[in-house]
Amino acid sequence: MDRYSRRLARNKMWLSLSIGAAAFGLFWLAAILSTLVWNGLAGLSLSVFTEMTPPPGSAGGLLNPIVGSLILTTLAVVIGTPIGILAGTYMAEYGRYDRITYIIRFINDILLSAPSIIIGLFIYEILVVPMGHFSGFAGSIALGVIVIPVVVRTTEDMLLLVPNQMREAAAAIGAPQWFVISRVTYRAARTGIITGVLLAIARISGETAPLLFTALNNQFWSVNLNAPMPSLPVVIFQFALSPYEDWQRLAWTGALIITAAVLTLSILARALASKGVEQ
Amino acid sequence: MAALTLGAVEYVGRSKALKRFIATDSFFRYLTRAAAILVLGVLLGVFVSLAIGAWPAFHAFGLDFLTSQSWNPVTEKFGALAPIYGTIVTSLIAMLIAVPVGVGIAIFLTELCPYLLRRPIAIAIELLAGIPSIIYGIWGLFVLAPFLQQHVQPGLIEFFSGVPGFNQFFAGPPYGIGIFTAGLILAIMVIPFISSIARDVFETTPAVLKESAYAVGCTTWEVIWSVVLPYTRAGVLGGVMLGLGRALGETMAVTFVIGNAHKIAASILAPGTTISATIANEFTEAVGDLYTSSLIALGFILFVITFIVLAIARYMLSRLDRRAGVA
Repeated sequence: MDRYSRRLARNKMWLSLSIGAAAFGLFWLAAILSTLVWNGLAGLSLSVFTEMTPPPGSAGGLLNPIVGSLILTTLAVVIGTPIGILAGTYMAEYGRYDRITYIIRFINDILLSAPSIIIGLFIYEILVVPMGHFSGFAGSIALGVIVIPVVVRTTEDMLLLVPNQMREAAAAIGAPQWFVISRVTYRAARTGIITGVLLAIARISGETAPLLFTALNNQFWSVNLNAPMPSLPVVIFQFALSPYEDWQRLAWTGALIITAAVLTLSILARALASKGVEQ
Repeated sequence: MAALTLGAVEYVGRSKALKRFIATDSFFRYLTRAAAILVLGVLLGVFVSLAIGAWPAFHAFGLDFLTSQSWNPVTEKFGALAPIYGTIVTSLIAMLIAVPVGVGIAIFLTELCPYLLRRPIAIAIELLAGIPSIIYGIWGLFVLAPFLQQHVQPGLIEFFSGVPGFNQFFAGPPYGIGIFTAGLILAIMVIPFISSIARDVFETTPAVLKESAYAVGCTTWEVIWSVVLPYTRAGVLGGVMLGLGRALGETMAVTFVIGNAHKIAASILAPGTTISATIANEFTEAVGDLYTSSLIALGFILFVITFIVLAIARYMLSRLDRRAGVA
């Protein structure tokens, strides 16, 4: 075999391997989604959304964890989004060339991928221990802490994309900086900032680890933020590991609901993001 | 709206309006600055609160905590070696699989895939990254573990039983759950991370560089190996470290399939535990201050390890950003 055909053969081998890698990756996506849909649909019925979680061995639904998850997620977004947007605003507008901005960006990127169970421990230490009991409030703060870095990152990125001429034009007619930011740059970057919030919701709606020892769980209907609160991921965790078949079936159905919600949010965020910054 | 508010300025008098503008502006500046500093505060808060919570355990066991294997809630003797070992070995297995596959996918997407399919496949793989880890966990427990137990592990055990040196790594009954299964699940979770970052950095390679290589007669593989990969080395490494950070700290997917056994077995098919799985499994049931403190100490160790890994990842990636900014 001469040198040229050896090179061609090597080329062919590595390229086939990389095609194989792509097939391998897509195979898992297909495998996971298909079993999820198959097992989840089997248990999906109206009663899932109208009945409470059952005791072992009887039929029931997921109403209380679904409501719990909605409350926890909403509150987390309400807590995390303003802080995230304000911090992102400082980094892109007031403190764009500050030294501290570089440090915050670095730290924020680390928080973005820090293990979520650590956040759970942190909130346990600063809220659950002083309060003396688990609570929905602590759970939503834990999720809120996870929201912050996601929103900071997208807000900063999107504000940096706004052309400087727009700021200069507004400043030239005498608008103070807060006015420029709130009326000009926020408007231009609005879609991007909303994308960030959607991504944050997608991120926290499946989070389990930070809720395990903050919101804990609740077998019953509870909307009291000062008491343990059920959530879909924690119920899935508990039910899937139980030996009861009814519970396992409900766990699959819950998993399907979460995945559907997360995928819808990510696709929505992607569709918005492709519109980009309005100019 | 804007014009209206500015128009009203004439009414209240120029100096008064100016004062109000300055006051609002400094208020807004300090408000945003406070929020930005809060981000630093969160990290500091995590560090300090975990250190305080972990202090009783570190104080009671000293350095033995890092080197002892015992985990006995009855006699209150705790050591972190088994979870640390499990965390590192599962992540290692995950990276061994995920790095070649992830980079391979990125090569496929940037150099080989027909244009029409690039976006859909890239989106599909990124969606895989967005699926919550608990879904991977439940899938691993009900689908992957039984499959491995029946079809893969017996074969592995038999195949390696005659290979000296390797037989101890693949020994024992096929449990299905264990270190190996956890590593595999982690690999599946990490692949999309690595491939999407690798794809992004591959695309920063200037077309001129690649075209010159093609012009002197390089094959596609030679262009990738000698031009694209050297040019993007730091970025790919950053992506790998980011994936590693995720694998080290991943909780739910691992907790389902690891078996939660506090021992270090030579065989990677045996059940084990990781730091995050131990915390998730035992924290709410931990009685006694020393037990709770030991679990928080585990969390502290995990935090320090992932912080270092993620810091290296971000450093690598930021170097690449800077170069892309200059070019």
